[in-house]
Amino acid sequence: MALASLAILVPLCAAVLLAATTSLRRRRAADAVALGAAVAVLGLCLALVARSSDAPIVAWLGGWHPRHGVALGIDLYADPLAAGLAAFAALLTVAGLVVSMQQVDTASHLFHALVLTCLAGMVGFCLAGDLFTIFVFFELMGVSAYALSGFRVSERAPLEGALNFAITNSIGSLLLLAGIGLLYGRTGALNLAQMGVAVAQRPPDALVAVAFALVVCGFFVKAAIVPFHFWLADAYAVAPTSICLIFAGALSELGLYGVARVYFTVFSGALGGHEEAIRDVLLVLGLLTALVGGVMCAGQRHLKRMVAFATVAHMGILLCGVALLDSAGLAGVAVFVVGDGLVKAGLFVAIGALEDRRGSVDEHRLFGRGRGLPALGALFGVCGLALAALPPFGPFLGRALIEDAASHRGLDWVAPLLVVASALVGGAVLRVVRTVFLGRGAKPPPSRSAGADEAGEDPAERERPARAPVVVAFALVGLGLAWGLVPGLVDAVSGATAHFVDRPAYAAAVLRDASPHVPSVASKGPGVAAWLYGLASAGLAVVVASVRTVPEGPLRELHSGRVGDYVAWLATGAAVVAGVFALTLG
Amino acid sequence: MSVLAYLVAVWLLLVGIYGVVTSRHLVHLVTCLAVAQASTYVLLLAIGYRSGAKAPIFGDIPQSTPVVDPVVQALTLTDVVVSATVSALLLALAVQAHKRFGSVDPDELNALRG
Amino acid sequence: MSRRVRCVLALVALGVLGATLVVAVGDLEPFGQYPGPYGDVLAKVVPGERHTGQLVAATVLDYRGFDTLGEELILFTAACGCVALLRLRRRERSDEPSAPERPAPSLASRALGGALVGPVLVLSAYIVIHGHLTPGGGFSGGVIGAGALLLAYAAGQRVRLRRVGSIAMLEASEAIGAGGFVALALGGLIAVGATLQNFLPLGTSGMLLSAGTLPVGNLAIGIEVAGAVALIVAEFLEQALLEEPSE
Repeated sequence: MALASLAILVPLCAAVLLAATTSLRRRRAADAVALGAAVAVLGLCLALVARSSDAPIVAWLGGWHPRHGVALGIDLYADPLAAGLAAFAALLTVAGLVVSMQQVDTASHLFHALVLTCLAGMVGFCLAGDLFTIFVFFELMGVSAYALSGFRVSERAPLEGALNFAITNSIGSLLLLAGIGLLYGRTGALNLAQMGVAVAQRPPDALVAVAFALVVCGFFVKAAIVPFHFWLADAYAVAPTSICLIFAGALSELGLYGVARVYFTVFSGALGGHEEAIRDVLLVLGLLTALVGGVMCAGQRHLKRMVAFATVAHMGILLCGVALLDSAGLAGVAVFVVGDGLVKAGLFVAIGALEDRRGSVDEHRLFGRGRGLPALGALFGVCGLALAALPPFGPFLGRALIEDAASHRGLDWVAPLLVVASALVGGAVLRVVRTVFLGRGAKPPPSRSAGADEAGEDPAERERPARAPVVVAFALVGLGLAWGLVPGLVDAVSGATAHFVDRPAYAAAVLRDASPHVPSVASKGPGVAAWLYGLASAGLAVVVASVRTVPEGPLRELHSGRVGDYVAWLATGAAVVAGVFALTLG
Repeated sequence: MSVLAYLVAVWLLLVGIYGVVTSRHLVHLVTCLAVAQASTYVLLLAIGYRSGAKAPIFGDIPQSTPVVDPVVQALTLTDVVVSATVSALLLALAVQAHKRFGSVDPDELNALRG
Repeated sequence: MSRRVRCVLALVALGVLGATLVVAVGDLEPFGQYPGPYGDVLAKVVPGERHTGQLVAATVLDYRGFDTLGEELILFTAACGCVALLRLRRRERSDEPSAPERPAPSLASRALGGALVGPVLVLSAYIVIHGHLTPGGGFSGGVIGAGALLLAYAAGQRVRLRRVGSIAMLEASEAIGAGGFVALALGGLIAVGATLQNFLPLGTSGMLLSAGTLPVGNLAIGIEVAGAVALIVAEFLEQALLEEPSE
C-alpha cells in the first residue's frame, strides 16, 4: 500500500518544497532535490514491479474498502505493466533532469517543481483504479506539460506551440470528461472494476458506444492519433530539450495506455462481441497515423520537428498493437514503448548537443557542418537504424511482436505498412547523417528559410557546451538497443499482459480482495518473417536517406500552425469515431 | 421534458467548440473553451439530480430524507478548479503572445508552419 | 485551409457529433431520477462513520480525498506555471512599476474598497472553517479570500506588489497550503497505515471540531486556494502595471 501512494506523494512533496523556497534561488540544491525525488520514484516503481509480479497490488486510499461490490473510495492498482510504465516515465524524468542541469534559465526552482508534478501526474495516471482519478492525474500531467512546453517565453515559437498544445488537449480532456459523465449516469460508479461489472450486465446500447468513443477520443488527442495529432509537432519541437525527451518517450504513450486500461476493465465485457468492429476502426486509425507521421517526418528540415513527427508515426504503430485487443499485441506495445522511447530520448539529447555545438537545428543550415563531430554522427546513424527497426534491437523486438500478433489474426497486410512507416522515419534520420555529418548530396539553396522558427537559445544565455548530455544520449540509446536483447523479456511481458487483459480477474482483485495469480506464459520470440521485415525496413530506410525530397502533397499545408484548423480536425475525428461506434456497437 | 437538461449540456459543448474554431481573439477563445467546459458541469449535475430531494447536508433534516447525489457535486467542484487553472495558463500564454507577436488573433500566430 | 473551409468542416463535424450525443443522452435515466448506487450508499454511511452531515465535504475530503489532492496540485502547478510563464526577462524589468495612465479613482471608491477588504476576509475565514457543517468549504472560501486582493485593485487602491517579498510570501503561502494537504495524506499513512485516512478524533457531529481531518483539510485547501489565486492575480497585475507597447 505504502509503495504506490509514496510513488505519487514523494514527487509532490518535493515539488511543494521547491516552490516554497523558490525565492531563495539555490540552483544546485534544487537540482539535487529534484533529481533525488525522481530517482526515489524510479526505485519505488521498480519495487512495485517486483512486488506485483506474482499478484497485483490493490491499495484502497483512506482505508475505504468496497462493500457489497460498491466501491466507496479510490483505489490504486499496481500490476507489472502499470508499474513498469510508471518506472519508465520516472527513468526518462531522471534523464531529463540530468540534461537540464546545463540549462541556464529555470525560473529559479519552478522548472524543477513543474517537472516533478508532471512525473507525479504520470505515475498517478498509471496506477489509478478509478476513472475520475485517471482524469484528474491526466489533467495534472497536462497542465504541467503546457507550462513546460511554453517555458522559453522569450521566443515566439514556444508560445504558439504551447497555445496549440493547451487548447487542443483541453478539448480532448473535455471529451474524456463527457464520456465519464455518461458512464457515471449509466453505472452509478467511478471505480473501473465496478463500472465494468455494471456495464456488462446489459447488451451495449448507444450510450455505452458513444461513451466509449468519447473516452477513446480524449485519450487519442493526448496520444496524437490522426486527425487529433496536429498539435504534437508544434508543442514537442519547441520545448526545452530536457522536456522533449520526457514528452516523446512517455507522455503520448500514456494516452494509449489509458485506452487499453479503460477498455480492458470497463468495456471488454460489454463490447466483447463487437471486437472485430473496434479492431477495424482502431487499425485504420493506427495505420493512417503511422503513414502520415512517416511522410511528414521524412519531409522535415527542422530536426526536432522531425523527431516529433517520428513520435506520431510510432504512436500509429503502437495503436496498431493496441487495436489487436489481445495480450500478444499488448506485449509488443509494451516492449516497443520502452525500446523506442529510449532511442528517441537519446536522439533528442543528441540533437540538443548538436545545437549547442553548431547553433542550429535546421538540416539545411547545418549542411556539412557536422563533419567535426564523428561521435554524434555515429550516434545519429545508430538511432536511425534502430528507429527503422533493425534487428535485434529494442524497437525491432517491439514491432516484431506486434507484426506477429497481427498475422496471427490473419491480418497479414499490417506488417508491410508498418515497414514503410518505420523506413520513412529511420530514413529521415539517416538522411540527416548523410547531409549534416557527411556533407554528401546536393547542397540546398541558401536563401530558403526554415519552416519553423530557429529554436535556439539566446546566444548570450548559452553556456559552453557540456559533456554530460552526450554521455546521457549514448546511455539512453545504448539502453534502448540493449532492451531488445534482455533474456526472458518476452515471457515476462507476455505474462504481464495476459493478466492485463483479464477483466474478471481485475474485478475480483479489486472488489473482492481475491488475489489472482499472474500467469507466467512461455511465448516464442519473433519469427523469421519478423526478422525479414526488420531487415527490409532498415534497407528501405537507407534508400529513403539517399532520396533528396519526399513528396507530401497537400499534407504539409494542413499542418498550418493555426489552432482553429486543429480543433476543426479534432471535431471531425470525434464525429467520425463517435458516429461509427454508435452505428456499429450501439 | 426529461432530457432537456442533457440537451443543454450537448448544446453548450457544440457551441463552445465552434467558438474555439472560429475565434479571432485569444481571450474570446479562452472564454469559448470555458463555455464548453461548463457543458460538463451541467451534464454531471443533471445526472445526479433527484426530483423533490434536498441538498446533501443533514444539518437540520432527518437522515432519511432523499437527497441529491453528493458525488457529482464533488466531481463538478474538481472540474471547475481544473477548468479555471487551464484558463489561467492560457491567458498567461495569451499575454505573452501579445507581447511577442503583437497580435492576439490566433490565425496570425505564424511562427510554426508545416 | 481557408477560414471558409474550416467553418464548414467544423459545422458538419459538430452536427454529426451532436447527433450522436443526443442519441446517447437519450439512453440516460430521465432527468430527476438518479439511480444510484454511489450517492445512496454514501448518504447511509457518512453520518455514522464520519460524524458529519455534510456529505459533499465528506466526499471531497475523505472518501474521494485523493482526487482532491490531485486537484490541489493542479491548482498549485497552474500557479507555478503562471509565475514561470509571466516571468519578466531582464531587459523588461524597470526599477519602479510605472503607474498606469488612468484617471485618478475617487476617494470614495478607494475608501469603500479598502474598508471592504476586512469583512471579505472574515467571510472567507467563516466559510472555510464551517465547511464541514454548512455548504462552502475550502474552495469557495479560498477564492473569496483571494478576491479581497482583486477588490482592492479594482477599487483603485494602488496595489504595491514589489514591496518586500510580497510575491514571495504569496508563493510561500500557496506552497504551504498545498504542502498541508499532502501532509494530511502522509499523516494518514504514517499514523494509521492507510494514506489519507481520517486519523484525528471524530468528535460529535455538528460541533466545530468534529469529523476528524475534515476541518483541517478545509483549512489547508482554503490557504492553498487563496494563495494560488492571489498569486495568479498578482502576476497578471504585475504584467498589466508594466505593460509597454510590444517590441
